[in-house]
Amino acid sequence: MKITREEVEHVAKLARLNLSEEELVRMTGQLDNILAYVAKLDELDTEGVAPTTHAFSINNAFREDEVTESLPRAEALANGPDENGEAFVVPRII
Amino acid sequence: MNPFELTIGQARTELDDGNLSSRELTVSCLDRIKNVDSKLHSFLLVTEEEALQQADEADRKIASGGAVDPLCGIPLSIKDLLCTKGIVTTCGSRMLENFVPPYDATVIEKLKAQGVVILGKVAMDEFAMGSTSENCAFQVPENPWKKGYVAGGSSGGSASSVAGMECLGSLGSDTGGSIRQPASLCGVVGMKPTYGRVSRYGLVAFASSLDQVGPLTRDVTDCALMMNAIAGYDRRDSTSIQRATPDYTDSLSEGLQGLRVGIPREYFGEGLDPEVARVVENGVEILKRAGAVTVDVSLPHTEYGVAVYYLIAPAEASSNLARYDGVAYGYRDPNADTLMDMYRETRSHGFGDEVKRRILIGTYALSSGYYDAYYKKASQVRTLILNDFKKAYDFCDVIISPVTPTPAWKRGAHVDDPLALYLSDILTISANLAGIPGISVPGGFSSEGLPVGIQLQGPHFSEETLFRVAYNLEQGTGLGNRCPDIG
Repeated sequence: MKITREEVEHVAKLARLNLSEEELVRMTGQLDNILAYVAKLDELDTEGVAPTTHAFSINNAFREDEVTESLPRAEALANGPDENGEAFVVPRII
Repeated sequence: MNPFELTIGQARTELDDGNLSSRELTVSCLDRIKNVDSKLHSFLLVTEEEALQQADEADRKIASGGAVDPLCGIPLSIKDLLCTKGIVTTCGSRMLENFVPPYDATVIEKLKAQGVVILGKVAMDEFAMGSTSENCAFQVPENPWKKGYVAGGSSGGSASSVAGMECLGSLGSDTGGSIRQPASLCGVVGMKPTYGRVSRYGLVAFASSLDQVGPLTRDVTDCALMMNAIAGYDRRDSTSIQRATPDYTDSLSEGLQGLRVGIPREYFGEGLDPEVARVVENGVEILKRAGAVTVDVSLPHTEYGVAVYYLIAPAEASSNLARYDGVAYGYRDPNADTLMDMYRETRSHGFGDEVKRRILIGTYALSSGYYDAYYKKASQVRTLILNDFKKAYDFCDVIISPVTPTPAWKRGAHVDDPLALYLSDILTISANLAGIPGISVPGGFSSEGLPVGIQLQGPHFSEETLFRVAYNLEQGTGLGNRCPDIG
């Protein structure tokens, strides 16, 4: 086993996902298959190989620090599932 | 000939000569959509009213005399993960079912500046995660060449709408083959540009170091025309690259004298359908007749590409998709009492199976204790794959190969076995990991009548060469602008 049911439950919690019993069983099996397959990478010796995070590396993309127009508040709020005209509204936190 | 059957290049001539108006062309496409989309299911949304307004605007521009932009008045479809101002952009997900972007993606701005007609938004796998478009939360596009067969994915709606002649071209996106693979399965041309060549601003992010926007069209000339319109630096995408963009149509018809075509033995291995191999071999013969020479090259880490991709792409996705929390936009579960419950219920109901699966893999690969074994290891092997290409391009100018190991398959074939489907991406994935451009061009048909594409890959920023080789292939096969009988 590459991954256990408990580990999948833990990862789901980190990812803010609730899994039903059926999903948990199915996902554990599928993830186990996938992780068993990717273990293929262990065949390769990568000692000293620099990792690639971007295939085409560029330096920092700087721009002038100028004030420009930003999205008007009403437009920014327009897609909000719940808003009060000034801010997004969420369930009580404190 | 119906107007919708014209290529972009042909339509341009007809529009400029006054033989056809953009409104007539647009109405012809809208009628075509009405006639065939109940079978193809390409369009999630048809924006008829806006399209007709854009067509009339284009007609006014053309009538006012003077030169217009090459895409002025041309009706296109757009993959539903590119933000279109005021037009719902779902990304194929319940999560964004009602999301109306307040701005246009840079590529949409560029198309609008040319005066294109946007017919609507087309189907795709949810968040571009999939190889068949069956992960779309709303509908699954059909392969126009054979009923019951997949159009490919994730840009399946783009491919089916272009092949089914519902539009003259489409914009898609390619993270691991999502333009080239559906283009191949549907018999159209599709290009994934060099990473950084086309702006990703306004593209809903899946895996940011791999995603790239590109065109799907009915012939190579049209693909070059669309690339001319969308390529270029954008300061709003910090990974876009400052580099002059050539006119990709300039050198299309030049021959291939002395061009070195690499044949990578690893792309012709076990699991390759002999019919697909024959199509590519025929392509090689066409290029030789046009003056090219062939060279055997090796990309020894090809077999590790799928494993690398299915760690890196989910890792980036798990981070990118953390933004769907039900707060600022998108779906929110209405029943949660606490903030934590709201996050969890929103994400559990808003995302489909494949998206959840990839978030879980990615979160796992990045989590404490596993990062080195999975994400870091994959990023190191990514370097080896990139180096394979660099070495190969010392000996050749382009690499020719199949796009997919088989032609299109039946719907539902891999529903319970995600890994089997991931493995079908093996021939397209490496280009994304290496950031190099690739193009899929129709090469022939299987005995079942399904299209088979040929892939050309080149070094960074070699799009011009790829277009020229692709054009020569197209001349040799005579397979530009083919339409299936949809019945």
